Amino acid sequence: MKRLFAPTTADSVVPPSGHTAWLTSFTAGAMTFLAVFALALAMASGRLAERWAGALERTATVRLSAPPEQIAQQEQAVLDLLATTPGIAAARPLTTDEQRRLLEPWFGPDLPVDALPLPRLIEITEDGSGYDSEGLRLRLAAEAPGAVLDDHTRWRRPLAVAADRLRLLGWLSIGLIGLTMAAMITLAANAALAANAQVIGVLRLVGARDSYIARAFVRRFTLRALAGAGAGAVLGLAGVAVLPSADQAGGFLTGLGFQGAGWLLPLVLPPVAGLVAFAATRAAAFRKLKELN
Amino acid sequence: MISFENVAYSYGGGELLSDITLRLAPGSFHFLTGPSGAGKTTFLKLCYAELLPSSGRVTLFDSEVRSLTRDAVAMTRRRIGVVHQDCQFLDHLTLSANVSLPLTVAGRPEAPRDLADLLAWVGLDRLAGSLPPQLSGGERQRAALARAIIMGPDVILADEPTGNLDWEMSLRLLTLLVELNRMGKTVLVATHDLNLIRQAKSQIAARVLRIAKRRIQLAGADL
Ligand SMILES: Nc1ncnc2c1ncn2[C@@H]1O[C@H](COP(=O)(O)OP(=O)(O)OP(=O)(O)O)[C@@H](O)[C@H]1O
Ligand SMILES: [Mg+2]
Repeated sequence: MKRLFAPTTADSVVPPSGHTAWLTSFTAGAMTFLAVFALALAMASGRLAERWAGALERTATVRLSAPPEQIAQQEQAVLDLLATTPGIAAARPLTTDEQRRLLEPWFGPDLPVDALPLPRLIEITEDGSGYDSEGLRLRLAAEAPGAVLDDHTRWRRPLAVAADRLRLLGWLSIGLIGLTMAAMITLAANAALAANAQVIGVLRLVGARDSYIARAFVRRFTLRALAGAGAGAVLGLAGVAVLPSADQAGGFLTGLGFQGAGWLLPLVLPPVAGLVAFAATRAAAFRKLKELN
Repeated sequence: MISFENVAYSYGGGELLSDITLRLAPGSFHFLTGPSGAGKTTFLKLCYAELLPSSGRVTLFDSEVRSLTRDAVAMTRRRIGVVHQDCQFLDHLTLSANVSLPLTVAGRPEAPRDLADLLAWVGLDRLAGSLPPQLSGGERQRAALARAIIMGPDVILADEPTGNLDWEMSLRLLTLLVELNRMGKTVLVATHDLNLIRQAKSQIAARVLRIAKRRIQLAGADL
């Protein structure tokens, strides 16, 4: 008897709807699973882009080896040449101290740098526009035969650009996945609303407001999406976790994964999926309720 | 409470109701009669804003229906208890849940004692846990009446409330409506049952409205 007169909750006034329920959970799950990979891609290419962009910021160097009596003259020639090369902001010979510091990791602090036949190093700082490295190489060969241009920026730049694009693509995928999920959930919500037109009609007749009716649907779809997305995120994370780690093999593909606190990032996806479901169902419900009278 | 000014209604073809001007005063008791298909149910639907007039003005509690927002329509319906001709239950909910549905959707707590009393009053206490499809026509109509009055509405509209009831139960239901009217509720009952109307007139000052030739007229004392 007690149970009989138990209050009816807002949720139970709308009958459970079979296929839209699991369609919503499944969609949210599958989409979140994909989003975890897209997120891993975005994070990994982000790390690469940063690493390569960092390398780009470092300056190129000209290494000058020449017999001692020519070295000062060739160094001046190189500096003059660099000063007139468009795209180069500054050129500066490293001091003996700086050279010692560069070599310290290999030879220890007591290295008698002056006594060694070390090449001279001239540091080049590019300006924003960059310079023509092939042209510079040729001119160096003509003016200072002992000078060699060490320029690692050339081959790194396209990689940094590619990594940047890949990162963008990853985020774009996450956005598209979110939109697709919103669209699917909107369809499912519309189907559920249409299937319950009679129920909605009765609720309106007894004085239910649109917000009350919408809430019953919104709550249900949000919870389903949350549950599905939770499962999808866990499976996605497990999938990323079983990829071989970067330390074992190196390279980009195996670097696809999360690092440190990054592993927590996919946990944001289920609440976001819940939010998407909430917004999509709410919009669909209010639209449909007006149609249904 | 409810007033009509030059109201016409048509479902798309010709006008079903034309030039209707009337007022249901607070505390009044009206019957509405007329042949089947004359537009009794349609008239009631205009009274609780399920239909909007094709022309003219319908005013519910001092608000013109066309000016009501959807939320305002919902709030207005909470003040009008309706016994629908086809009952309009939710088949997946128990009878007691259906009867207390207006409270549920209004977010008001239901007092289990009151609900039990109400069900006992309409003789349905033993069926509280049944689903609507398991009930007889008469049981459904009594449940519909219980649902119509559970919110303590100012106005009660009943569409053929005794259609499926035997005479004894019809009298009980009439007594119930008369009692509610004595408590100050405005009551309008659409019915074919002239015996019921005669019976009511012996108990209360009820007026009879008749739909004829698309108009609604006050019937004479010939009933
Ligand atoms: N939704 C609708 N669309 C078109 N026509 C309708 C609609 N509802 C009712 N009608 C028509 O309007 C007329 C009046 O219907 P209504 O239900 O108001 O009659 P009634 O007086 O209540 O009849 P009854 O005594 O049989 O219940 C009928 O001819 C019916 O066919
Ligand atoms: Mg009717």
